[in-house]
Order: sequence, then structure tokens, then C-alpha cells
Amino acid sequence: MSELGADSRRESLISNADPEDFIALLKPRVMSLVVFTALVGMVVAPGTIHPVIGAITILAIAIGGGASGALNMWYDADIDAVMKRTAGRPIPSGRVKEGEALSFGLFLSVFSVMVLGLATNWLAAGLLAFTIFFYVVIYTMGLKRRTAQNIVIGGAAGALPPVIGWAAVTGSVTIEPMLLFAIIFLWTPPHFWALALVKSDDYGRAGVPMLPNVAGEKNTRLQILLYTLIVVPAGLSPLAFGLGGVAYAIAATIGGAAMLYWAFAILRARDEAALRKACWRMFGGSIAYLFALFAALLVEWAAHLVAPLLAAVLGRLA
Amino acid sequence: MSEAKSDDNGIRLTDEEKARRSRRNLAIALAIGGLCALFYLITVFKMGAAILKRSL
Repeated sequence: MSELGADSRRESLISNADPEDFIALLKPRVMSLVVFTALVGMVVAPGTIHPVIGAITILAIAIGGGASGALNMWYDADIDAVMKRTAGRPIPSGRVKEGEALSFGLFLSVFSVMVLGLATNWLAAGLLAFTIFFYVVIYTMGLKRRTAQNIVIGGAAGALPPVIGWAAVTGSVTIEPMLLFAIIFLWTPPHFWALALVKSDDYGRAGVPMLPNVAGEKNTRLQILLYTLIVVPAGLSPLAFGLGGVAYAIAATIGGAAMLYWAFAILRARDEAALRKACWRMFGGSIAYLFALFAALLVEWAAHLVAPLLAAVLGRLA
Repeated sequence: MSEAKSDDNGIRLTDEEKARRSRRNLAIALAIGGLCALFYLITVFKMGAAILKRSL
């Protein structure tokens, strides 16, 4: 066999992947947000779940989220290769083959949905399956390369984990988890458009129609502000349904004010440097805002658990 | 004779490739072990006390 033939056979038969590359396919950073919001959806739900089953639920949701990340990287390998931010991902860098990523993602998708169904209920499992389908088929294959509204609609996939967590505990979906869904859904556009404004060259080169490339920088700045004007009241809305307490009210008010401040800073930035600075502040700050809202719910839940114990201990000491 | 020749021309893994394969194998073994534990836990905790109720 010629050297060239041996090289191509080697290329197709030998895997260069390390286990870490397969972990990178799961998009661990996105996964951490999925885990956190799903956990909050679970703990604020009325009802109880055995802690071990709860942990398995979180694991299944995390693996399902990771699987959709792997399938996204499989489908988007061509555009990932031309974008600086993503060129080092396992497939464009040649460490994982496309077929490996596809089978890995498909296997984990089926596995995570089945485990969630067996461990909790089939409504939660169905929602997880829908989330994976929505992210991979609707967003990645359908919207991402076609419309500037890609992340607006696609944001629904990222917003579903707290609803899945709630459904795992209660077996139903009510208004409260839908409010948490709405917060993440409305938060997604200003968060990603702030990134898209500073990375518009990258997206333009890859042919991904992000809003700044399609509608222009000025329009994007305005739309960031408009979505922020909606997400801030949405962030306060759980208070009206008794989902949040004082800590949540403080987080939603101060965080909401900060979000508005950052959005106005983007709108009013006079030069390139000021705009970049304002965008990075919105990008990082919006993560902190979302984290603060959900962390407040988690802290209040923990406080409700600990308060009776603390009262009993103090009562004994007194 | 010809078989031996084609064998010689076959793909030989480099030491680095062998090391990567070992690490992947180890990861798969751990994943399978984890799966066993996972299904065991789901079974036990879903059944709860009912696990003891069986005809002997």
C-alpha cells in the first residue's frame, strides 16, 4: 500500500481522541448552567423527591444537555472551523471524528431520556427529549444559519431545564416553572447579542446571520435594550406568584437595574472601544444576573429547610 | 507469504496512539461501572421498602 493510502486509512481508522475531548463535546460550561437552573426548578417545586433520585435527575438532565451540545458540534463542525472562538473544539481540531461525535451524542440523548423517564416520570423525560430535539433540529439545523432570530427562538431550549426539574418532582407543568422559563428565554437575546456585537467579524466569516451582521450594529443595540426592558419585569414576576422572597426581590431589583444600566451603556457607547467595553460588561453581567436570580431562589429554599432546625437548636440553648 | 506482507503493511499504532486507546478504554470501563451503579440505585430507591415484599 502506498504511503498516501496508509495515511488515509490511518486517518479514517485510528481515533486520536482522549476522554477529555469527549467531555469537551458535552460543552461543560453550558452544562453547568443547565444543571444549576434545573436544580433550582427541582427545589422550588412543591413536593419532595428522594435525594438520590434527585441527583440522578440532575445527572440525566446534564447528560441530555451535553448530548445536544455534542450533536450541535457534530453538525456545526464546518462553521466552528472558521470561527476563532470555536476553532479549537474537538472536531475542527481533528481530535474527534464527526462520526464519533454523532454516535456519542445520539447514544447519550437516548440514554439520558430513558434514565430520566425510569427515575422520575415520562413528562419530565418527554420535556428533556423535546429540549434536545429543539436545540439540535430546530435551532442548530433549522434556524442558526437561516435567520437573525436564531437565538431568540433557539433560546427556548436553554430555558427548559428548570421546567424539566419542576416536572420531575411534580409530574406536571404549571405557571411558576413557566415564569422561570420566560426569564431565561428573554435573557438569551441581550446576552448573546452583546457577544455577537464584539464577535460580528467571526460570525460574518462563518456565514451565521447574527443580528449585527443582518440588521446592523445600531439596530442590535436598540434590540438589546428592548429585550432588557422585558426581561427585567419578567425577572420580578415570580414575586407575584409567591415563588421568591426577600432575597429574590433584592436580587431581581438590583440585578434588573444593573441590566438596564448595561443595556443603556451599549446604546449610548460613542466609539468602538466604549462599545466593546459595554458589550463585554453586558455579556458577563447578564450571566451574573441570571445566576443571582436562581441562586436567590436556592438560598431561600435552603433557609426554609434550615430555619426550623436553627430555631430548635436555639430553643434548647435558651 | 502475501498475507504476511499485507500484515507488515497494516497500520501499527504509535505509542502515543496506544496510550490514548488505553485512556479511552479506561473511560469506557468507568462509564459502564457507573451505569451499573446508576441502574442499581434507581431500582433500589424507586422500589423503596417494597423491595422486601416478595414471595420467597
